Amino acid sequence: MTTYWIEVGQINDIPPLGARTINTKTGRIALFRAEGDKIYALEDRCPHKNGPLSQGIVHDCAVTCPLHNWVIDLQSGEARGPDQGTVPTIPVKITDGKIQIAITAEATGTND
Amino acid sequence: MTQKQKLVLIGNGMAGMQAVEDILKKDSAKYDITVFGAEPHGNYNRIMLSPVLAGEQELDDIVIHSKEWYAENNITLHCGEKVTALDSTAKTLTTEKDNNFEYDKLIIATGSSPFIIPVPGKDLPGVISFRDINDVNMMRDAAKSYKNAVVIGGGLLGLEAAHGLQLNGMNVTVLHLMPTLMERQLDEAAGHLLQKELESRGINVITGADTQEIIGTDRVEAVRLKSGEEIPADLVVMAVGIRPNTELGQAAQLDVERGIVVDDHMQTSAPDVYAVGECVQHRGQCYGLVAPLYEMGRVLANNLCTDSLENYEGSITSTKLKVSGVNVFSCGEFLATEDSEDIVYRDPGLNVYKRLVIKDDILIGVVLYGDTADGPWYFQMIREQKNISDMRDMLIFGQAYATGGGQDADPFALISALPDEAEVCGCNGICKGDIVTAIQDKGLTTLAEVRSHTKASASCGSCTPQVEMILQATAGDAAVAHAIEPVCGCTTHGHDYVRQQIREQGLKSIPEVLQALRWSTPNGCGKCRPALNYYLLCQWPGEYNDDYQSRFINERAHANIQKDGTYSVVPRIWGGLTNANELRAIADVVDKFDIPTVKVTGGQRIDLLGVKKEDLTDVWADLNAAGMVSGHAYGKSLRTVKTCVGSEWCRFGTQAAMTMGIELEKLSWASWTPHKFKMAVSGCPRNCAEATIKDFGVVAVDSGWELHVGGNGGMVVRATDLLCKVETEEDVKEYCGAFMQLYREEGHYLERTAPYVERVGLDHIKAHVVENEESRKQLYQRFLISQRYAQIDPWAERARDKVHAHEFSPLAQVG
Ligand code: SRM
Ligand SMILES: Cc1cc2nc3c(=O)[nH]c(=O)nc-3n(C[C@H](O)[C@H](O)[C@H](O)COP(=O)(O)OP(=O)(O)OC[C@H]3O[C@@H](n4cnc5c(N)ncnc54)[C@H](O)[C@@H]3O)c2cc1C
Ligand code: SF4
Ligand code: FES
Repeated sequence: MTTYWIEVGQINDIPPLGARTINTKTGRIALFRAEGDKIYALEDRCPHKNGPLSQGIVHDCAVTCPLHNWVIDLQSGEARGPDQGTVPTIPVKITDGKIQIAITAEATGTND
Repeated sequence: MTQKQKLVLIGNGMAGMQAVEDILKKDSAKYDITVFGAEPHGNYNRIMLSPVLAGEQELDDIVIHSKEWYAENNITLHCGEKVTALDSTAKTLTTEKDNNFEYDKLIIATGSSPFIIPVPGKDLPGVISFRDINDVNMMRDAAKSYKNAVVIGGGLLGLEAAHGLQLNGMNVTVLHLMPTLMERQLDEAAGHLLQKELESRGINVITGADTQEIIGTDRVEAVRLKSGEEIPADLVVMAVGIRPNTELGQAAQLDVERGIVVDDHMQTSAPDVYAVGECVQHRGQCYGLVAPLYEMGRVLANNLCTDSLENYEGSITSTKLKVSGVNVFSCGEFLATEDSEDIVYRDPGLNVYKRLVIKDDILIGVVLYGDTADGPWYFQMIREQKNISDMRDMLIFGQAYATGGGQDADPFALISALPDEAEVCGCNGICKGDIVTAIQDKGLTTLAEVRSHTKASASCGSCTPQVEMILQATAGDAAVAHAIEPVCGCTTHGHDYVRQQIREQGLKSIPEVLQALRWSTPNGCGKCRPALNYYLLCQWPGEYNDDYQSRFINERAHANIQKDGTYSVVPRIWGGLTNANELRAIADVVDKFDIPTVKVTGGQRIDLLGVKKEDLTDVWADLNAAGMVSGHAYGKSLRTVKTCVGSEWCRFGTQAAMTMGIELEKLSWASWTPHKFKMAVSGCPRNCAEATIKDFGVVAVDSGWELHVGGNGGMVVRATDLLCKVETEEDVKEYCGAFMQLYREEGHYLERTAPYVERVGLDHIKAHVVENEESRKQLYQRFLISQRYAQIDPWAERARDKVHAHEFSPLAQVG
């Protein structure tokens, strides 16, 4: 499957310890700005009941889901603690404060 | 039966009453006790006048012995009655009311009086000192109508006065004669740091300032210095020192020098006449801090009640400044001499300065600025004259490093390592051993119990963390389970402690709190951050910058998130009343934005469900245009005020319930609270608005309004408690605001009023909101001040002013 690096914005577009979303043809992506300005991209749906993770509270390198408080590790996408489940993560590249994410051709709507 | 001996105490202040308490403890049956006090109150904690002036505590909170206490302990109290003459041969005394009394044993504990510098103008109205409740009331009153305050004296007392007056909204100038502040407790470097800190808070400090004259005709207008400079002043507080009250001793021809001279048994030169407190001079020394005075009281009690005589041998004292956010500690000799050596540590970045003075491998003095956590540990070493040569290299870094482990050292291990004789509570002279014994013997499990049995941490409170740790270490799980439920997994501290520290240390942001209270995570978690954000917001209205990222999504988006990620919108419908205009606007947005569900809520409002996040601001703009604002259906804040139709329509109604409900909602909307807060107003006891399961419920009766608190529907239903009955609508508002504020200040985050009322007890609420008018008015005032900053419609801010626009639009659209 083909993937593209696509520039989606700057680090400063995301509030510290906050998140923004990116709409794609295959669903929404959540882009997090965690502790130490680390940027992570995950699919914006909780492994529990599809809660929008982008709306949760970001702390350390994790986010608490707004619907039922699962805590998801932003690096691995895995649920922390007793809960089980994984959110697909998306590769991120930062150059000069600009954020690029790796996206499948399908998500961009181009069929090749 | 032999008659009891008559023991008389002159001066019901901190030292004398501590002696009386110690006497009761040793032998409560031995004496018939009578107490005279010149002030019209029972004994109160004078130390805490500073926090009272600063608005951090209430006068009620600082009472040590209420008038009931005297009665319960069979002590006759004559308060507001000064003793004017004493005859130590006839063993009698005379009061200002010309009453005569006999005694068998007499204790003089008359304290001291502020020293008034003899300059012209010193008697003008507006010139006062800082010693008692009356002074604090005068300062607080002055702050209401005047602007400029001058404090003469940059010592402990003067700076606490300056800080308090500034918090009361006055422009404050401190005049200090010496080149640096608090020169008797701090060295030059620390004095400068302190000055810089106070100046950065807007307190004007003039050192080397010699007062020549206080100017004014009917009231003070300015202070003129010898340099010629004039500082405008509507209030002048003299805090240049104190002078022991020795007149009685002199009149009775006791041995008096600077103070009333006592020997090591606390006896004066006359038989059966003893003295304790600031009025005494012992081995050439007069004291002005409570710890030594309490020590004197203990020795005296022992000597009056037992056959074995104890000696008081003098005290080394330590000083802490009670200005929130400024940490200063000093003890012992701090000025270098030829044969002493200094160890100094400075970190200008963190604003930390520490200096230890050592002589012959023994620590003899310490000055700490910025980080004072190790103060008590150094103090203990100074008192023990401990040889420090084996830890000298690490000594300056404090206990954790010098005794091993560094920052990761387990605080419990440090507490366990403290010897039993180590003093934990400096104010009350309580050692670790006393606390441990009390916990073990009496099976204590809460901080409050430890305070009431030992007095540890019951005065200035700065040793609370140590006392909590001793409690945990001694009582183990029993204490933890009961006493302190931590805010979350990031900390061991409970909610009350965190709030207290925010207040006392003047912590003003979440990172500061996490740092100061040693959180175990870099930026908290989804549980503690919203709690801290609320506590900061509540403590520092108008000053604290709300931390957006520490709010739950509903409070960020100002709408309720739904299971499919869409949102619901509930406009405020004041008191449940609406009209054609509002309904039309609602109908229009439903059509325009294709909103799938419109529902009448259980709170007498209308809920628009299934709104897309991107549409929220546009929906709000349309609702705003029709005059509607956010209903905060999503917030830990005021929700609804339900009403019934009341006397406006109902044939049974006794009062105008709809009008009352709208008034209450206008008063309280947009306030943030520990958990959601709901109200209802019913027009008669049939109670159609279900007011008795609301956080604050109002039920009209013929002669006025019944006010109810602490009700809850929900999972665990609780009917309200009746708070009281009031007559006017204005009263309803005042009591409502005061109750909300008390809950705002004391409730734990996510604790509804029902469990809150059960935790603190209805009596506590009544004491602050009903019985004490002053306290109610102050609570209400604080509520109104906070509302000034809170009552901004968050929808309009976002729809019109584009606040936090990033919340409502995706960062990018791909494909
Ligand atoms: C909309 C509404 C139901 C309705 O359609 O009528 C409602 C909806 C919700 N309630 Fe409620 N409650 C609604 C009236 C009530 C009432 C009745 C009342 O206020 O008179 C109660 C019982 C009274 C009480 O609170 O004491 C009530 C007790 C609860 C509770 C349990 C609270 C408790 O202390 O046990 C929760 C859970 C919570 O807050 O943790 C809750 C939580 C919720 C939440 C916020 C769940 C959530 O966290 O998402 C629901 C949000 C739905 C939404 O998106 O709008 N709701 N809820 C009502 C909104 C009233 C309004 O106009 O603002
Ligand atoms: C604002 C402020 C802050 C302070 N902060 C601290 C602090 O942080 N730490 C600390 O250790 N100390 C502090 N102090 C000092 C501490 O309060 C005093 O050392 C302590 O109160 C002295 O106790 P005492 O019993 O000797 O005198 P007092 O507490 O003054 O009691 C004496 C009482 O005797 C009464 N009296 C006097 N003459 C007569 C008479 N002839 N007949 C009847 N009654 C009489 C007086 O009215 C008074 O009520 C502070 C003091 C003030 C004013
Ligand atoms: S009763 Fe339960 S399902 Fe119904 S609105 Fe309240 S929380 Fe939601
Ligand atoms: S959907 Fe995320 S926790 Fe339930």
